[in-house]
Amino acid sequence: MDNLVIADKTYTSRLLVGTGKYKDFNETRAAVEASGAEIITVAIRRTNIGQNAGEPNLLDVLPPSQYTLLPNTAGCYTVEDAVRTLRLARELLDGHSLVKLEVLGDPTTLYPNMVETLKAAEILIKENFQVMVYTSDDPFIAKQLEDMGCVAIMPLASLIGSGMGILNPWNLQIIIDNATIPVLVDAGVGTASDATIAMELGCDGVLMNTAIAAAKNSVLMASAMRKAVEAGREAYLAGRMAKKLYSASPSSPTEGVIARSNTATTKTTDKSA
Amino acid sequence: MIQLTINGQPRQFETPINVTQLIDHLALHGKRIAIECNGEIIPRSRFSEQILVHGDQLEVVVAVGGG
Repeated sequence: MDNLVIADKTYTSRLLVGTGKYKDFNETRAAVEASGAEIITVAIRRTNIGQNAGEPNLLDVLPPSQYTLLPNTAGCYTVEDAVRTLRLARELLDGHSLVKLEVLGDPTTLYPNMVETLKAAEILIKENFQVMVYTSDDPFIAKQLEDMGCVAIMPLASLIGSGMGILNPWNLQIIIDNATIPVLVDAGVGTASDATIAMELGCDGVLMNTAIAAAKNSVLMASAMRKAVEAGREAYLAGRMAKKLYSASPSSPTEGVIARSNTATTKTTDKSA
Repeated sequence: MIQLTINGQPRQFETPINVTQLIDHLALHGKRIAIECNGEIIPRSRFSEQILVHGDQLEVVVAVGGG
């Protein structure tokens, strides 16, 4: 079987999805189910104090017994906030240590701050977290993160929530070629073909949220993404044909074609006659 | 009278209380939460023995939808 292995755990789905931006938990659950994802990201936030005590909890809808929850540090801009958030997440999830680290640079671009990310990764790895790390598509930084002991490298395809697709396939290619741990495109996927392209490049998986949640029909898009990731993976494994501007090699036999019409020849003959 | 800051909001209590009592007070009993006091995690196993004192800064968090 062609499985995804992250930190010694095996997954059959190579699509990881976020759970943000849905209108309610029913839509979240329906989209997650349609995506076939086994790993889903969650955020850690303050609970309402003294209000809505009976409100439903995300973990009731997507129970940790059924999914691998990947707490993330979205919204963190410093090492300290990211580390504190994931310590809280580990406590919340009964010692679960697989986490997604992202330390953002600014609230406009949400581009990762790699200086802070490297520092946070170092602390978390020392504390025995299994760190899947959101990163810029800098091949050198990606290698550093792997060497430090991160369990997966997650370069952006384009900015978070932008839906701009894969802007630099060449850098992704270098990161994939250099890596011995899973590489997952995280952020920037806009539609199914973007996910397929990522997988065709040789990515081990794709993580997305907005591309599904912001689609007019999120559940249908989740299904499309599932197929797109599978299609891209199969195409990658199958090995694509070489590109040629033209081949002079038609798909049908050149032998045995029926008698050629000589209309053109006749016309020429008439003229000379 | 002691004052605690819980998720940024000041709350007064007649006497120092432990974390289990705080959770009951906030109607969060049985909820999947994690608590940090002055930047340090309070493990669930210590909820009944950890006494909160005047000026403690608490963060009470849950998992929510996110990317």
